[in-house]
Amino acid sequence: MASVTQNFMKLFRGSSGGTEAATPQPAAKLTRRSSGLGELSRLWDADSPMTVLDLGSTSPANIRFFTEGSHKIYSEDLLVASTEPHLVTKDEQGAVVLDSRRFLADNLVYPAAHFDVVLCWNLPDYLDESLVRPVMGRLWSVLKPGGMLLAFFHTKDAGPDSPCYRFHIIGKDTLEMQRIVLKREARRGPTGAVHTAINEGFRLQRVFNNRHIETLFRDFASIKFFLARDNVREVLVVR
Amino acid sequence: MSAPLSADLAQIGKSVVIKGELSGSEDLYVDGQVEGSIALKNNSLTVGPNGTVKATVEAKAIVVQGKLEGNVQASDRVELRKSAVVTGDIATQRISIEEGAYLKGKVDIQGKDKAAGK
Repeated sequence: MASVTQNFMKLFRGSSGGTEAATPQPAAKLTRRSSGLGELSRLWDADSPMTVLDLGSTSPANIRFFTEGSHKIYSEDLLVASTEPHLVTKDEQGAVVLDSRRFLADNLVYPAAHFDVVLCWNLPDYLDESLVRPVMGRLWSVLKPGGMLLAFFHTKDAGPDSPCYRFHIIGKDTLEMQRIVLKREARRGPTGAVHTAINEGFRLQRVFNNRHIETLFRDFASIKFFLARDNVREVLVVR
Repeated sequence: MSAPLSADLAQIGKSVVIKGELSGSEDLYVDGQVEGSIALKNNSLTVGPNGTVKATVEAKAIVVQGKLEGNVQASDRVELRKSAVVTGDIATQRISIEEGAYLKGKVDIQGKDKAAGK
């Protein structure tokens, strides 16, 4: 019991008891084959340079992949952007929601029909409910007609604790997945005591079934599903 | 972290706030706050870990360890270190981004002449 208490208290004091921020352990990286990415790779193998929007965490690998191919890449981490405290508001029923108008005033601000490809990764599964439809609507408008969007959706077998990953392109149809690690920050408070805050990271918000996904992308011209082995459906939609 | 000492390096310290146009012909290290524009055509800009720059930046090389908001044009290279938080479009010949850096904006790799603004 004593050791359990000790370990529990370590969460608050930090294991070293020092004043430095705890160093996060490097996240393990997994690789997975992506049929959706493989299909998209036909586009970037073509001669004409493309404009790509990557909505995951800033990925040096993805930036290198596209810039080496003479494409233009835009990077915007919408999950991190959705954690801005000023977005929190209440709806007509008094429920706490995120202000989608404010969110879209600060994010995804691009000319209409600007992108050839949008890499959504697992964003819809982890984004707050109040932002999902407005964000998909905006993505439709910033995609060129004929432009493509790639998104990943968990199946119900994945379970509610399915971790949120960053995706790095390391081959035509190969991704490296890096788990978004819990972030710990240690700060000295006004009394001199050290407080350690633990960020819980992103949790799976919902599981879309096929019909939900088709409804979500109903404004798009076509939709293609790829069922992967890791309880993930890859979806490639064309505007 | 202190700035590397050099005879041709101008430094803006942690407590300094500057608003306006900055231009020069020596390397610049910013660990304070700058708002406006920075033009160092043949020299480099380093935004230190405490630095906050809200400006359009034109330089030969740009190294970011702190916060930078604004469009940047580098005729040679841009380096985003792991603590960098950059919001704005980047146009350069070469770029290196460390794991952990945050970027919201476009990366446009340009040929030598275009990156130099010729």
